[in-house]
Amino acid sequence: MSLLEVNDLRIRYGDNAVVDAVSFEVNRGESVGLVGESGSGKSQTAMALLGLLPRSARRTGGIRFDGTEIIANDERALDRIRGRRIGMVFQDPMQALNPYLRIGKQLREILLQHRIADGAAADAQVVAMLGRVGLPDPERQFDVFPHQLSGGMRQRVMIAAALIAEPDLLIADEPTTALDVTVQAQILDLLEELRDDTALLLITHDLGIVAGRCERLLVFEKGKIVESGATASLFTAPRNEHTKRLLADAPRIDRGDIPPAGCGKTVLGIESASVSYSDNGGDELQAVRDVSLSLREAETLAIVGESGSGKSSLVRSILGLIPMRSGRVVYAGAPLEGPVQKRAAAQRRDLQLVFQDPASALNPQMRIEDVVGEPLSVHAPGSSSDSRRQAVLAILEKVGLNKDYLRRYPHQLSGGQAQRVAIARALILEPKILICDEAVAALDGAARRKILELLKAVQDESGLSIIFISHDLSVVRSSCHRVAVMYLGLLIEVANTEALFSAPRHPYSRALIDASPIPDPLAARATAPLKGEVPSLRSPPSGCVFHPRCAFAEEQCRETRPQLRNLEGARVACHRAEGIDLGLCY
Amino acid sequence: MRWSAAILLFVLLLAIVAPWLSPHDFQNTNFNAILQSPGLSDGRFFGTDEFGRDLFVRTMLGIRITLLVAVVASLVSLVIGVTYGAVAGYIGGRVDAVMMRLVDTLYALPFIFFVILLMVAFERNFFLIFVAIGAINWLDMARIVRGQTLSLREREFVEAARLTGVSTVRIIFRHIAPNLLGIVVVYVTLSVPQAILVESFLSFLGLGVQEPQTSLGALVNAGVKQMEGASWMLLIPAALLALILMCFNFLGDALRDFFDARHVR
Repeated sequence: MSLLEVNDLRIRYGDNAVVDAVSFEVNRGESVGLVGESGSGKSQTAMALLGLLPRSARRTGGIRFDGTEIIANDERALDRIRGRRIGMVFQDPMQALNPYLRIGKQLREILLQHRIADGAAADAQVVAMLGRVGLPDPERQFDVFPHQLSGGMRQRVMIAAALIAEPDLLIADEPTTALDVTVQAQILDLLEELRDDTALLLITHDLGIVAGRCERLLVFEKGKIVESGATASLFTAPRNEHTKRLLADAPRIDRGDIPPAGCGKTVLGIESASVSYSDNGGDELQAVRDVSLSLREAETLAIVGESGSGKSSLVRSILGLIPMRSGRVVYAGAPLEGPVQKRAAAQRRDLQLVFQDPASALNPQMRIEDVVGEPLSVHAPGSSSDSRRQAVLAILEKVGLNKDYLRRYPHQLSGGQAQRVAIARALILEPKILICDEAVAALDGAARRKILELLKAVQDESGLSIIFISHDLSVVRSSCHRVAVMYLGLLIEVANTEALFSAPRHPYSRALIDASPIPDPLAARATAPLKGEVPSLRSPPSGCVFHPRCAFAEEQCRETRPQLRNLEGARVACHRAEGIDLGLCY
Repeated sequence: MRWSAAILLFVLLLAIVAPWLSPHDFQNTNFNAILQSPGLSDGRFFGTDEFGRDLFVRTMLGIRITLLVAVVASLVSLVIGVTYGAVAGYIGGRVDAVMMRLVDTLYALPFIFFVILLMVAFERNFFLIFVAIGAINWLDMARIVRGQTLSLREREFVEAARLTGVSTVRIIFRHIAPNLLGIVVVYVTLSVPQAILVESFLSFLGLGVQEPQTSLGALVNAGVKQMEGASWMLLIPAALLALILMCFNFLGDALRDFFDARHVR
C-alpha cells in the first residue's frame, strides 16, 4: 500500500478550478517532484494534503495518508498528522518561524505537542537536531531568535523542525527559491542526506532542482497533471507538449550559444566606486569597495554575485539613487554626479532601470498608458496628449503588447506582461544604457525567455548597452557578453562570458557555476557545494575576503588582500590564480 | 453602499427642504403646546419640546448643522493632514523631524483650553467650531499619512519616478497620494462621526452651537433632561444621529473599494 494516495482531487474557488482531477501516489521513502509554472496548482495540492486550504476553497476527491482518509476540516485528526507524520518546509523561513520565540523553543514545542519527549530529553533532542542540520554551535543556537540567523540558517532550522518528529512524509514547497544559489545547493543536499526513509514531495518551478534529486516527477499545467514518470525518462523523452516546452524554456548552464564579446567603445566608465551605509550603531558598512568597470557600446554586461555582494548598491549609486562615497562615473565624456534629481535631464534620460519585481515597480493606481507615458510628459512637457499616446502605443507594440492594454491597471496583468510594461517605461525615452536589476528573476520559464529575447532585439536594433544584474548564471550565460563577479562588495573577476564559463579564474566564480542546477539528470556533476555562507559586511574577513570558504586558501590569502590584475584577457583578484587548476567547466 | 448613500441623500434633502415646508418655526415658543408627543395632526411629526418649539423643524435644522460641521471639519483635516503628512514623510530627514515635532507640540495643547481661548479671543462664532475640530483632527491624519508615506517612499515605483526626473510635487500628488487613499478614506469616515461627537460635546459645555440654533448633539442633550416625561425628545434625534453615523461608516467602506484601482477587474 502506498503512503499517500490522492484520488481525483479537485479544488475550486467559486467558479475557478485551480486543481482539476489530480490523482497520484507516493510510496514510502520515495522522492517525488511536483513541477509546473506558478499558478499551475502544485502548491494548492500540497496545501490540501495538510488541510491548510483557506475556507473559501471547495475541495472534493480523496486523500488517503497511510490508509486513513484526510478530511478537510477534521482539525483534531489533522493535528495528529501535521508535524508528526507529515513535515512541511515552506518557501520563506522568515514567515514560517515565529519571530518572538527562540528557535529552540519552537522546535521543542513540536516534541511536546506530539508527546515524543519532554523536559531535558526534549532539549537534548532539539540540540542534536540543530547539530544535524548543520548549525554551528547548536547549544548556543538553541537560544537565538529567527532574525539573528541568515536566510540559509533559517531554512536549516525549518528543516530541523520538519524532521524532528521523524515524519513519514516531508513536503517541501519551493524550499530554496528565496536563497542564494550556493546556499540552495547546500540545502538540497541536506534534505537528501537527512530524510533517510522519509518520503519527499518536492514542489518547484525549477527543473534543475528536481533533475538529480527526485525519482519521479509529476508535471502540472493549469491544475492538471499532464505527465508523470521516472525523472530520467521524463527528461530524455518527454511525451507531453507542455513538458517539452518547460524543458526547452529552462536555461542551461552547460550548453547553448554564448554571445561573443564585442569590442565597441566604452560608453560608461566606473572608476574606483565605493558605497557605504551607516548602520544604527553608527558603524560604517562598506557595501561596495573600489570597483572599476567599463560598459561598452551595444554590450550586455552581467554583474553576478550572492546577496550582499553589493551589485544592487553599485548600480543604485551609478544612477544617483544612493550617494557614492568615493570614486566617479563617467558617461559620454562627462561625470555623472550627485543625486538623480540634480542631474542634467539628458543624463537622466540616457540611463534607465528595470526592477526585479514588476508588481511593486508599477504604481498600482495608474493606468498602463499613464505609467508608460509619464517619462514623456516629464521630458517633453509640451507634447500633446495625442502624440504621447502614439508614442506609448508604439513602444507597447515593440515590447509585444497592443492597445488593449492602454486602459488597464498593473494588477490586471501577468508577471511577464507587467515586466514588459516596466521595460516599455524604461525604453520610451530611448536610453543609451539600460540597467536590469534581477529583471527576470521573478518570472517563469516562458515569460523569462521572451523578456530576454525582447532585450536582445532592442539591443540589436538600437545599440543599447545593458547592465544585467543576476544571481542566475544560466541566464547570464545565454544572454550576456561579459561578466563581472562580485563578492562582499569587491570585484573579484571580470571576463568574457565565453572565457568565464569555460575556464573561470577565481575559485568563487567556479563555485557559482558549479552551484547552478542543470535541468538534466544525466549531466550530474560530482562537485562539492561551496561551504559556509557570505560573511557579514560588519566584519569582513582579513586578506582575501573569500578565503574562509575557499578550498585553495593559503597563508598569503589570509593576510593580504589580492588586487585585481590582468590575466590572459581577464581581470581576476586571486593570489593563486596561476597556481591552481580549476579545470574546464564544460 | 447604495442604501447608505440613498439614506444620507434623503436625510440631507429632507433637512434642507422640510423646514421651509413646515408651518412651524424653529425658534417660536408656544406655551400652549409644551411637550406634545409626536403625531400627524398639526404637522408636529416629532412633537414639541419643553418650550413648545416644533421638534421636527428643530431636528432638521440640527441635522443641517451637524452634517455641515462634521463634513467641513473632516475636509479641513483631510486637506491639511494629507498634505502635511505626505510632505513630511516624503522629504524626510530634518524637515520631517521639525514638522512632526510641531504636531507633537500641538498634541500637547489641551483641547478644551484651546477652544476656550479661541472663544475668548474672537466672538462666539459658528466657524470657530470648524476651526477647533479641524485643528485637532488633522494632527491624527498627518501622523497616519506620514507613516504610510514613509513606507510608500521606499517602493520601487517611486524610485522609478525619481529616476525619470518626476518632480517632488508631482511624485507626492501622482504617486504617493493616490496610494494613500484607502487609509485616508477609512480615517475620514471615522473622523466624521468623531467630529459629530466632539461638536455635541462642545454644545453641551455651552461652547458649541448657541440657542436658539441647534445641532443633533444639542438636541440629544436637551432630550436627556426630559427623557422621563418626553422620551421622544431623546429617542428621535439619537436614532437619527445613529443612522447618520452608520451610513457614513458603510459609505466609507464602499468608497475605499471604489477608489482603489486594484478592485477593477
